[in-house]
Formats: sequence, C-alpha cells, structure tokens
Amino acid sequence: MDFLIAAIITIVGISTPILLAGLGELVVEKSGVLNLGVEGMMLVGAIAGFAATVLTGNPWLGVIGAAVAGALAASLFGFFVLTLNSNQVATGLALTIFGTGLSSLIGLSFVGRIVPQFGSVFPPELARDPLLKVLFGYSPVVYFALIMVFAVGWFLKSTRAGLILRAVGENDLSAHSIGYSVIGVRYAAVAFGGAMAGIGGAYFSMVITPMWAERMTAGRGWIALALVLFAGWRAGRLLVGAIFFGVLMWMELNAKAGGLSFLSFAQYIPSQFWAAMPYLMTVVVLTLISMRDRVGLNAPACLGKPFLPAT
Amino acid sequence: MANLNRRHFIAAAGAAAAAVPLAGGTAFAQEKIKIGFIFLGPIGDYGWTWAHNKGREAVDAALGDKVETIYVENVAEDASAIPLIRDLAQQGCKLIFTTSYGYMDQTITVAAEFPDVKFEHCTGFKRADNVSTYNSKFHEGRAVLGTISGKLSKSGTLGYLGSYKVPEVVLGVNSFLLSAQKQNPDAKLKLVFIDSWFDPPKEAAATETLINLGCDIVTTHTDSPAALQILEQKGLYGFGQGADMSSFAPNAHLTAIEDIWGPYYVERVQAIVDGTWASADTWDGMKEGTVVISPYNKAVPADVVALADAVQAGYKDGTYDIFTGPIYDQDGNLKVEEGKVMTMAELAVIDWFVKGVESAA
Repeated sequence: MDFLIAAIITIVGISTPILLAGLGELVVEKSGVLNLGVEGMMLVGAIAGFAATVLTGNPWLGVIGAAVAGALAASLFGFFVLTLNSNQVATGLALTIFGTGLSSLIGLSFVGRIVPQFGSVFPPELARDPLLKVLFGYSPVVYFALIMVFAVGWFLKSTRAGLILRAVGENDLSAHSIGYSVIGVRYAAVAFGGAMAGIGGAYFSMVITPMWAERMTAGRGWIALALVLFAGWRAGRLLVGAIFFGVLMWMELNAKAGGLSFLSFAQYIPSQFWAAMPYLMTVVVLTLISMRDRVGLNAPACLGKPFLPAT
Repeated sequence: MANLNRRHFIAAAGAAAAAVPLAGGTAFAQEKIKIGFIFLGPIGDYGWTWAHNKGREAVDAALGDKVETIYVENVAEDASAIPLIRDLAQQGCKLIFTTSYGYMDQTITVAAEFPDVKFEHCTGFKRADNVSTYNSKFHEGRAVLGTISGKLSKSGTLGYLGSYKVPEVVLGVNSFLLSAQKQNPDAKLKLVFIDSWFDPPKEAAATETLINLGCDIVTTHTDSPAALQILEQKGLYGFGQGADMSSFAPNAHLTAIEDIWGPYYVERVQAIVDGTWASADTWDGMKEGTVVISPYNKAVPADVVALADAVQAGYKDGTYDIFTGPIYDQDGNLKVEEGKVMTMAELAVIDWFVKGVESAA
C-alpha cells in the first residue's frame, strides 16, 4: 500500500507541469493559433517564479510572477504572429530559443539560491496519514491544475466566451464578419497559454526541485504540445494523457531499477524506446481517432493560419 | 533621419545576431592563442559542466595574457557536435577540449581534418597524433562514498542514479558498491539510467522511485542537484556530483566528489604555448588532486570519517585499490581472481556490474 501511495505521488509530480502547459496550449490552439514556444515559456516561467520567490520570500507571488512572465513572453509571440502576421511555426520555435536564452541570462544570478516552499493547503494533520496524503499532501499548484482541467473544459463547452473562442478558431472570417475581434480573442488566448506554461515551468523550479538550473524543464514543453494532439483538443483527455505520461515514466524507472516483478520484461526494452513512447503514442492515438471519427481529428480548422480579412 | 535610424538599427541587429552562436571568449587581441571548449550541459548546471568551466576559468586566470578561451555549451552528444567542433577549429583554436565521452568519434573525425590543431577528449579511449585523452578517476571518489554508505545505510539497499551505461558510470557503480560491501557484506544496489546527463525533473522522479524501492541512500551520476533535494525532503542521504552541492541540501549532502580540472587544463595549454604538446593518455585521480572529496556532513560519525579518510589516504599513496580481486559479476562469475588488481586498460572499457547490482541494465 505504501508503495502504491508513493507511486501515485511520484506520478502526480511528473504529470502536473505538462498538464498545466498542455491546458494553456489547448486554449491557444482552440483559438486557431499554434504556439510551439511552450518550452521557452515554461523556462521563462520557471526562472520568473523562482526569482520572484527569492526576492519577495512569498511563493504565491512567485507563481503570479511566473504566470505574468509567461503571459508576457506569449504576448511577444502574439505581437509577431497576430499583429505582424508572421509564420506561427517559425515564430513559436524562435520563442523557445528566446525563452531558453533569456531564462539562462536572468538565471545567472540565481544559481545556487534557496527559495521558501509552499505551505500545505490543507491542515497538516490531514496529510499525516499516508492514505490521506494521496489526497491532501500536494502543493497548491497541483490542485490548481486539477481545477483548471474542469474550468477549461467548462469554459470551452458551456460559456458564451468559450463559444466565441472556438468560433474564432474554426472560422475566423465568419467570426470577424459578425463583429467579433478575432485578433483580440487570440491575444487573450495566447496570453492565457503563456501564463499556464509559466506556472507549469514554475512547478519545476519551485515545487519538484526548488532551485534554478538552466534548461531545467528538459523538453517537457514538447511533451505538452504532443499531449494536446493526444487529447484531441479536449481538456478531460488531456488529464488522462498527462497521467498516462506520468505512469509511463514511472514504469520506465521502476522497470530499470528492477522494482516490479510484473515489469521484469521491461528491463529488456531499450531505454531510448521509453523516451520515444509519448510521441509514438501520440501518433498511434491520432491514427486511431482519425480512423474512427468522421469529423477527423477535431483540430480547429484555422489552426496555424494567419488571420487576413479582405478589408 | 528615419532611414539613418533604421540603418543603424539593422547594423546593430546584425552585430547582435553574429554574436549569438558563441557566448564565451573575448575576441579582440589577435596575437593570443585561442583555446576551445565543447561543453555538454549549461555552465550553470552546478555539476559536470560547471566544474569543466571552472577549469577553463583557471586557464584564463593563469595564462590569460597569452591565450583566450572560447566555449560552446549545451552541445549534444550526436552528429551535431561535429560542425561545432569544426567551427572552433576554423576560428583558429590551437587546442580544443571536448569534455564528454559522447564526443569521442566526432573529435576523431574533426581531428583528421585539422592535423595542425590539437584535441583533448575527456573520458574516451580513442587517440591520434593530435588527439589526447584525459580522464579522472572518479571511481576513487565513489569508493569513499561507498564506504560511508555501507556504514550509514540502515536498509542495506543503496540507490544509484545513472546517466548512460558508459565505462565511467559502470566504474562508479562497481567502485561504490564494492566499497559499501566492505562495510556491509550484504549491501545491494538498485540502479536506474535516465538516459540523460541533465534532466532535473526525471532525476527527481527516479530518486523518488529508488527511495520507494527501499533505498535509503541515493548517489547520483547525473549532473544536477535534483536528487539531493528530494533526499533532503525525505530526510535521507546522498552525495554531490562534480561539485560541493551542500547549499542545495544541507542535511542530505554527506559529501561530494569534486572534479578539479584546472591544473590539468593549465598544464596542457602551457604545453601548447611552449610548443611541447604531445598526444597522451592521462588518467589522474586523488593523488594528483583531480578528484577531491568535499568536507563531510556532521551526520557522518567520527569512526566513519576515519574509514573514509583511510580510503582517501590509500589512494593518495597508492596502497589502496578497490578493484582488487576477488570480484564477482552480477551472475556470480569470478571476474578478477584473488589478489589480482584490474589494470587501467581493463577499467577503461569495463561493461559489467559487480555482484549485488540488482537491476539488469
């Protein structure tokens, strides 16, 4: 039982940051914008959250700082692709490179610093019992991520604003012709995506390993991007995908350490294969969905296309 | 006016863009000899690359009036390293240090194209007239860590967070466990390779996994302090890798293996300045001061400190070697007979684990 509890805690730790970044990217893509700069925004959020916590001594302000910094980095991307109509793929990649470099630069003076930690959300007595710890023992950021799964799902499905956002992503010219501000909606979505990626990045530098190290997100931004496809642009499935990724890595680590007898076959699997699994699974899921679903991949119709009204 | 501004802007942007690919070095004094470094991680990793960069800074400090150093960080250990090494040679570097095992063939390839440029490859075994290899006997440090762990581990199950299955890491694992077994003959080791030298979130998850499998001491052969922070949170023990990492985990950090590259780098660069450089295979350790053990945590009791110091002293005066037989492999086969000591050549290409390593890797 203790083994299982510890396993769940590890899996939650792996899943949370990619879930946060993935949720943000999902909203961005639903509005018709493809932002490949998730990794860069996560790194900017990681250093901003860390720096803000060091400077203010308050982890809550750190998370807010991470969100603001991520949103600012995303808005820079937005300025290029929405106002100047630059290529979204190229600009997104540039954002990743920019974010990596900027975070390293800012981080120079924060290497080796220690930050104050979040207190627990619930009374500490609740988290003392190992069984209850699975429910109540996490950082506030984890609960925030879970709430956001439902919030994003509800927003897109059941609110008027969500409907407008989807309309902008599915048919920008129509949305424009009935008076909605396509660019305005997309700016808001892009900023939201940046804020979520920023908080996801801060989860690394403030919760998992409270420190700053260059490139510490180590490619999780790309996993988050793959997850959005994996999830077919649905928030609930994104949660499943993030947990699936966590379970996969947990299995890999246990198999290699010889921890689980039923996984003993897995130690003969080359570890490069494990590393490729999330991407491989994304391809498989995409294939399955496109075979089953008449409507195709559920991808927003305007994804990645610049908005060029004929005025 | 507007045009002028714009032209200035473009010129400035162009200059900024040209400056981007190479961050290090100051390239103005033409007469200085250029020395290049290829780094695996970011110089701020606080581990492996950080230590190599300290060595580079030592060159700057000692010979800065005669040489200038240039470095490239975050170089992947694949074919993409070739153009980056070549670029350093084309920039006029007379000596290029490639500081990780995975640059071995790439270094040999580029060295063949530039016979007048000297190369130094770290931890590899392929040499040429203009390619030296150099290494550090990290496993001597691992013997100290293993001695401490064998005494302090209550469960007798030790964790080892590895990067890749390369000789350096295999040596570290074997030295660590053999030393622990000298203190506790039943000591076992669980090993996880994370397929990266630097991936803090995965290092953290792997450490949690090892703890969950019963390890109460985890040592790392990856480059960030992530594992130590997890151990600190759980109230368990670990060690720093490459540098003293005690600031990240004041309670968990028992000691660290510090890599001291400065004296070697200064010596080799001096040889270039003097024109006496020759291809060689250097494998220094504690005796030469390349491997240094950080101050012990107060959690290490005096009798364990004495044992650890005895191992250090033995390596310094050459009377101790953990790779002395009998040594059995994972399957129980006798690999080194009683009284025999493994040679440097055998150690350099080792690919089997000693008895007690539980993970099949």
